[in-house]
Amino acid sequence: MKLLHLIFIEILQVLIVIFAAPAFVGWVDMLKCWSQGRTSAGVMQQYRNIAKLFVKDVVMANNASWIFRFTPYLVFSTGVMVASVIPIISTNLFLAPSADIIVLIGIFATARFFIALASLDIGTAFGGMGASREMMIASLTEPAMLMAIFTVSLTGGSTSLLHIVRAFTSGVVVVRPSIMFASIAFALVVIAEAGRVPVDNPSTHLELTMVHEAMILEYSGRHLALIEWGAMIKFFLFVTLGIACFLPWGIAATDDLVSIVISVFLMVVKLIVAGSVLVLIETGMAKMRLFRLTEFLGAAFLMSTLGLIFFFILE
Amino acid sequence: MISPIELSTFSVVAFIIPILFVILIGNNRRLLICISFSVSALACLINVVSGIMAVAFGKTEHVILPIGLPSLPFHLRLDPLSGFFLFVIGLLSFFVSIYSIGYVSGLAGDKPIKRLIVFYNIFIAAMIMVCLADDALIFLVAWEVMAAASYFLVMFEDGRSENRRAAYLYMVMAHIGAVLILLSFGVMAGFSTGFEGYTFDAMREANLPLKWATVAFLLSFFGFSAKAGVIPMHVWLPEAHPVAPSNVSALMSGVMLKTAIYGIIRITFDIIKVFPWWWGAMALAFGLVSAVMGVLFALMQHDLKKLLAYHSVENIGIILIGIGLSMIFTSFHLPIMAALALIAGLYHTMNHAMFKGLLFMGAGAVINATHERNMDEMGGLIHLMPWTSSFFLVGCISISALPPFNGFVSEWLTFQAFLLSPSMPIPLMKLLIPLGAALLALTGALAAACFVKVYGVIFLGNWRGHNHPVVTEAAWSMRIGMMLTALTCLCLGILPTIIIDLMDSISERLVHAKLSSSSGIYGWMWLTPIDPERASYSGPLVFIGIIAVCAITYFMLHVKPGKVTRVPVWDCGFQKLTPKMQYTAVSFAMPFRRIFGFLFDIKEQVWMSPQQGHCAFPVKTNYYLRVRDRFWGWIYRPIIDIVVLMSRKAGMLQHGRIHMYLIYSFVTIIFLLALL
Repeated sequence: MKLLHLIFIEILQVLIVIFAAPAFVGWVDMLKCWSQGRTSAGVMQQYRNIAKLFVKDVVMANNASWIFRFTPYLVFSTGVMVASVIPIISTNLFLAPSADIIVLIGIFATARFFIALASLDIGTAFGGMGASREMMIASLTEPAMLMAIFTVSLTGGSTSLLHIVRAFTSGVVVVRPSIMFASIAFALVVIAEAGRVPVDNPSTHLELTMVHEAMILEYSGRHLALIEWGAMIKFFLFVTLGIACFLPWGIAATDDLVSIVISVFLMVVKLIVAGSVLVLIETGMAKMRLFRLTEFLGAAFLMSTLGLIFFFILE
Repeated sequence: MISPIELSTFSVVAFIIPILFVILIGNNRRLLICISFSVSALACLINVVSGIMAVAFGKTEHVILPIGLPSLPFHLRLDPLSGFFLFVIGLLSFFVSIYSIGYVSGLAGDKPIKRLIVFYNIFIAAMIMVCLADDALIFLVAWEVMAAASYFLVMFEDGRSENRRAAYLYMVMAHIGAVLILLSFGVMAGFSTGFEGYTFDAMREANLPLKWATVAFLLSFFGFSAKAGVIPMHVWLPEAHPVAPSNVSALMSGVMLKTAIYGIIRITFDIIKVFPWWWGAMALAFGLVSAVMGVLFALMQHDLKKLLAYHSVENIGIILIGIGLSMIFTSFHLPIMAALALIAGLYHTMNHAMFKGLLFMGAGAVINATHERNMDEMGGLIHLMPWTSSFFLVGCISISALPPFNGFVSEWLTFQAFLLSPSMPIPLMKLLIPLGAALLALTGALAAACFVKVYGVIFLGNWRGHNHPVVTEAAWSMRIGMMLTALTCLCLGILPTIIIDLMDSISERLVHAKLSSSSGIYGWMWLTPIDPERASYSGPLVFIGIIAVCAITYFMLHVKPGKVTRVPVWDCGFQKLTPKMQYTAVSFAMPFRRIFGFLFDIKEQVWMSPQQGHCAFPVKTNYYLRVRDRFWGWIYRPIIDIVVLMSRKAGMLQHGRIHMYLIYSFVTIIFLLALL
């Protein structure tokens, strides 16, 4: 009975992530439209996009290899795998110990590695350009992200998300400067990882600026649907990862129905707020030139290092 | 039952058999290659067995061989640490020997195959002896035999001056290292008592004052670093690896560099034992610099084997990070943390041996098939070499530290060791050491970028080169060798607990703590160093989870068979898409060159040649790029200049006239007599 209950929560969470991710991206898109004075297509637009792509046939270049065909499935399944690990609605996840934060970053890196390979598979200049830029950005993001995570896990005394959440939510709420700095750094990292403005613009196909879009330019049909969906899940997961690390209050610690419902409700509120903050950042900034990104990501690294220094000075 | 050390000693003797074959059936090339490499493979397998036995039983055995100089017999000893290295050396050499059957057969007929077989076997036997040695004499003898054998292997194609130069550079660096190690043993033997002072046992007993211990450590550290390729002693690596045959490169990079790691661990943890924290900090600093600089150098390369050689510098750096952290923790008496860091370093040693061996074997297969070392001339090989490309991909994922393969496990353990650094008593160290973790993260991400480049440029896309060679898949034995190595990479990645439990006997002996009591709590599926509350990783679950979701998604989407239309690549309507327009290794690395370029000596030139008419309509564009190692100009060039200058001055004494030389000897005798 206990086991069934755990499996139920696990599956519920994974399904929530898979099916709520397009809504979250739709919400961010809608806010962005509003903030720029445009009419939006509504929260549900991403669902329509995905549904449309699933119906369409796949058109593939003659020289596409198995890597090109395998990558969409891998990208999607890494998202699902991570969704089963991050405490989003409950901390009673039996799969959670199978990966800590460092492993989660590693799993995302595996997905990125394969997307970059798939983009080189066809042999077009756009693909190579996207791959090269993506890997460059990733290599600058990773240290900043790791330092932010280090600050959190030193405070929580663990790299396991469950224990971080438990450590933060038990006891009195303390405002820690180290965590504040780490959260700013993490927000910048999320922008870079999810490919949002100012690092990358998901709504452009201009060769001067595109990164992620350049990599998936050759995809079509259900492959593209899986990749797009996977990217949405990744964005969603990064935001929930941030919530689990920096705003974990409200994630259900017991597994009765009431607390799960409250937890889901609080998570929705947090996501709405987080989405609005991201939109504010996005609208407030212009897309940066590629080689200015070192400054942006350098700032993220500096913030996370400051967080670490504060941790050692104050605690 | 035969004891492990007897097995190993026996295997060393067994390496003579292939050499006998060379003499006996040297003329039948095919038979010779088949039989001699099979025998080498078996001899290597013996060492795998004895290594496992030594590590699993955790016993120490001694043997004294009554050979060597009069009244200075050779002492051999097999303890868990030697056993671990024997296992690594034996396992990779076993795979490489299988691979060699096909690889060496595929070499052109005019190559000196017999020489290759002879030195190949001497080389492996010498590496095994280095790990078994228990006195300074046999250690140095084995060390020098190893260096000499590998020198001849690097000189395999001695017809080209480039190769001779690389081999010469390697020999010089190897000897500088050997002299430093010799001096270090001299210092330690000087403080040990008795006539048998040259044995490691006597050195362990010796009471070294801290000052002399530091001297001995520094000498040995730099001596071994020269062999391991730690920056700034790395210059020989990118020269020697590309010119050696690929099976030899796999062994040199995969396991020969590890004998230097073995030496460092043996001398610091086993012989000197008590040391101040700054030794570890120094090892850590050298490790970090090597890791970051190594991977950046690799990113700049477009010669496949040179690139892999620079990645060896990177990975030796990562191993040194683990060992350095372990030394720091040991000096602060934090045994469990020291054990974690040491196991992280050792596990990476084994992982690097496997995936680097695999990558060099794959590189050998590619180079054999295309006769090309420049990646920018390759492309699209995944269609022509499906097997090799799959195995190579495993190597790429492993070295890029991506889960669920093996490189990730050891980097994860190293990160966990970094996270424990706040328990150290020195505030400055607490602050600085986590920054090292950021550098390690940078290294990992850059390695991933580099291997996207390698794999993408070699195996994906279209053929970029001018010539169109007929490319065929590698021979069967090569495929089997690579497949076994790739499987090992996967197993080490998803089942690390089993191996780490076994490795407890090593850490127990060296730092007096074990991990298994903590790593076993959740069962074999979960890797939980220190404490399951702190961190846990389940390789099997991540692997099965990802594969399962992939499969489910695939089947759900293929309930109704979807149509896949194959079309030519969309060319934006220009109809002039050529393979020349693809990204190359040079263009892929351009953003990195721009960001990290200040670390290198880069010369980049573009010039247009208008044949006729206006310069606004160039007919041809030339691009020239040269990326140089700054260390060469900073350290090596001045030393070479000074040596050349001094020899020129000394050369003025030589005229070639006999009577002048007679006067020299006469003056010398008079001078010496006057002194007396």
